[in-house]
Amino acid sequence: MVNVIIEISRYLMILLIAVYTWLGFRWFRCQEEWQQNRTCLRQNAAMLILHFLAYVILYLKSEDERMVLFYIAQVVFFLVYIGLYRLFYPYVSRILVNHVCMLLTVGFIILPRLSFDKAVRQFVIIVISALVTWVLPFVVKRFWQLADFTWLYGGAGLAILIVVWLIGNNSYGAQLSLSIGGISFQPSEFVKITYVFFLAAMFYSSTNFKTVAVTTAVAAAHVLVLVFSKDLGSALIFFLTYLTVLFVATSNPLYLVFGAAAGCAASCLAYRMFTHVQTRVAAWLDPWSDIDNRGYQITQSLFAIGTGGWFGMGLYQGMPYKIPVVEKDFIFAAVSEELGGLFAVCVVLICLGCFLQFMLIASDMQALFYKLIAFGLGMEYAVQVFLTVGGVTRFIPSTGVTLPFISYGGSSILGSFILFGVIQGLCILKKEDEEEE
Amino acid sequence: MKKRAPGTGSNRNIRGMAYVVTALFVCMLAGFGYFLQVESKTVINNSYNARLDSFSDRIVRGEIRSSDGTVLARTDIAEDGTETRVYPYGSLFAHVVGYSDHGKTGLESLANFYLLSSNGNLLERTLNELADVKNIGDNVVTTLDVELQQIASDSLGDRKGAVVAMEPDTGKILAMVSRPGYDPNTLGEDWDSLISGDNTEAQLLNRATQGVYPPGSTFKIVTALEYIREHADDWQDFVFECDGSFEYEAYSISCYHGNAHGRQTLKAAFANSCNGAFAQIGLGLDLEGMRELTSSLLFNADLPLALAYSKSSFAMGDGATEWERLQTAIGQGSTQMTPIHNCMITSAIANGGVLMKPYLVDRVETAAGEEVEKFLPSSGGTLMTSFEAEILSGLMRGVVTEGTGSAVRTDAYSVAGKTGSAEFETGKETHAWFTGFAPAEDPQIAVTVIVEEGGSGGQTAAPVARAVFDAWFARER
Repeated sequence: MVNVIIEISRYLMILLIAVYTWLGFRWFRCQEEWQQNRTCLRQNAAMLILHFLAYVILYLKSEDERMVLFYIAQVVFFLVYIGLYRLFYPYVSRILVNHVCMLLTVGFIILPRLSFDKAVRQFVIIVISALVTWVLPFVVKRFWQLADFTWLYGGAGLAILIVVWLIGNNSYGAQLSLSIGGISFQPSEFVKITYVFFLAAMFYSSTNFKTVAVTTAVAAAHVLVLVFSKDLGSALIFFLTYLTVLFVATSNPLYLVFGAAAGCAASCLAYRMFTHVQTRVAAWLDPWSDIDNRGYQITQSLFAIGTGGWFGMGLYQGMPYKIPVVEKDFIFAAVSEELGGLFAVCVVLICLGCFLQFMLIASDMQALFYKLIAFGLGMEYAVQVFLTVGGVTRFIPSTGVTLPFISYGGSSILGSFILFGVIQGLCILKKEDEEEE
Repeated sequence: MKKRAPGTGSNRNIRGMAYVVTALFVCMLAGFGYFLQVESKTVINNSYNARLDSFSDRIVRGEIRSSDGTVLARTDIAEDGTETRVYPYGSLFAHVVGYSDHGKTGLESLANFYLLSSNGNLLERTLNELADVKNIGDNVVTTLDVELQQIASDSLGDRKGAVVAMEPDTGKILAMVSRPGYDPNTLGEDWDSLISGDNTEAQLLNRATQGVYPPGSTFKIVTALEYIREHADDWQDFVFECDGSFEYEAYSISCYHGNAHGRQTLKAAFANSCNGAFAQIGLGLDLEGMRELTSSLLFNADLPLALAYSKSSFAMGDGATEWERLQTAIGQGSTQMTPIHNCMITSAIANGGVLMKPYLVDRVETAAGEEVEKFLPSSGGTLMTSFEAEILSGLMRGVVTEGTGSAVRTDAYSVAGKTGSAEFETGKETHAWFTGFAPAEDPQIAVTVIVEEGGSGGQTAAPVARAVFDAWFARER
């Protein structure tokens, strides 16, 4: 009987996330607000049923009573989170709130299966992050002077990155994190936000050549420090975000062409100068020849995804723990292995859905400052998802970045909540403006 | 806050970027889907993938069968549910079929994923899954031919060595024998003594693919090819006077048993395996050309072969002394090659210069006999031009009609081949080689034989090949 429930739930979960994803894209075709709201309500239903089924499996498989308590805590969190947003911010983008919750659900399902303790830690961080960032929309819409702190964003962000580079903790050969009072955090996750604010503030003030030159210099400094810290993933995110923000701000395709050319040249240079870049590329091109060392992580990831197939092995039926750092950079492989390739595709589509919402909000914003913030944060998000999923599936070389809201890690979670909080602020601001007019 | 109206241009650009990102995501997902649908089967069937072992919790390992459906390996289930892997032919197919209980080798490793997958009736499978009953794994039908395998093995007898037989025009491996063997049915009990340091027999080694031997005179195929390439117009004018030994400065190379062959053209020298003539050729060869030729013939390179194998090596470099050149030209020196590799070169000659990838798995079937996947012949590259292949084929035919290959001379069919007697240690008998194909004019089968310390290739190895050819051509076809 247990087996019947588990097997049926496995397929139902794929069906539910597919329905959820489909509703997410159907939303774009809804003309009326009530239609959109109805779509969002259906999404909530799909999500909660999926969450329930997953925890039935987790409980049956682990026979751990703590799973029940953990499940209840999560449901309470979701209800309070969605409820509070709706209550205090009537103009919130409900679809984005849903997407955040859905991605968190995926994390809540896969993490306890990898490590219950880590899952609980993650849950605590999520609750705190959600609470702290809950005020962000209020801040964004109230303090219009946000555009005036240009050099605070640029200077502070750059300074923090330099500190990390010089005295950061070394993990897997890269300087990524700082420890303060026993708590380790990864500042690049937060500098990402200030960086976009800096770019937006600069281009908001002017898009003449001089401003572009100064902004380029500061942005390049960010990227270079990240390269020196060997944080290639973040360096790429910062670089691509800069390039696209510059293009949107100036509407000058020449910048895009020159920037892309410079990026290619810089990549070639980095490849020649840094052995760790060569290692990554070699492991990407031919992981099989060095399966014991350089190719180990990516081949284990491909084994996981390939063995899981379209429908997955089922929770607790695979061996995701064989993949090094599976709970962070390679969480996507674990999702695909146990929940199925189709499930994983839906996760990527939901991420794409978030990005498209960001672009929609960016287009709706009147002020260039806000427009660029929405666009810049959206690009950062999209590039990050692309790098992690592409790296795990060997579409591109692995760069070691996390999958927002799903990967284990406090900084990644808080950073993602801030990012979405700011966007929600912009969305609310825009809708309130419309109401006033 | 003051509002600088951003033109519609920026919104157009945002939309453009959204399209670009969406397109990239779609490409990525397409790549992901392609991996899952197409590539994953070959990728996950890897000994590093520990996950496959867990498949056996849900699936009863399928059967390995010969090309006519004879069971070569099956899983018996006792009443208490214990599974035993049974190999009805004992040691006969031991190396090529392999084993699955102490790690996995041979086909048990190669086809592991297929054996542990079940593609039977979907409804039945689902019901079994729900009832927590194991599904029956798919069967793997191989290209192996029980009769040829048996005859090759019997002809080798108790001698150490290997026999490989394949179809030159498809790459199907028909027989692969390695002796001494072991009984995979009792591997558990015998394991300790098989891997013991005192055991010098190396029964677990698949000599056909993993044994490396000096090629001896079979390497004259390569030397002759290089000579023909360098003397495209006048190779037929080559003449050498053989008095039984070839003297060069302080060195001396003698022909087998000191036979004096007299006046030799290239064709005669090849047929008689005249060491003196080939030593002389070796001295004149272009080292760079030789290096290029050997690497294009897959020495020092990966073979297009899925089984575990050793690489053949050709090590003569720029600074080679004249002695090394003499030795290398006649297949002694430091050159080493595997029987399967020799068979692949022979097959390429038989197939007009094109090497067909050797393969063992013909198709995968469900337990009920429905085809799941069919494997088709594929090219492993062109090793030489068809013109060169034709010339070599003629030279090899001469070996049989008027040279050292008289053991395979018959009116029933025409063989082309090359013998070899490779010295490997002073004071020991030479390794006996034969590699060839038949019929010479329209090849159907290529056979390579090595008998360790068997003496003369023509007298020891060629008769083994003869037995295989006889069995093959005795059939109605």
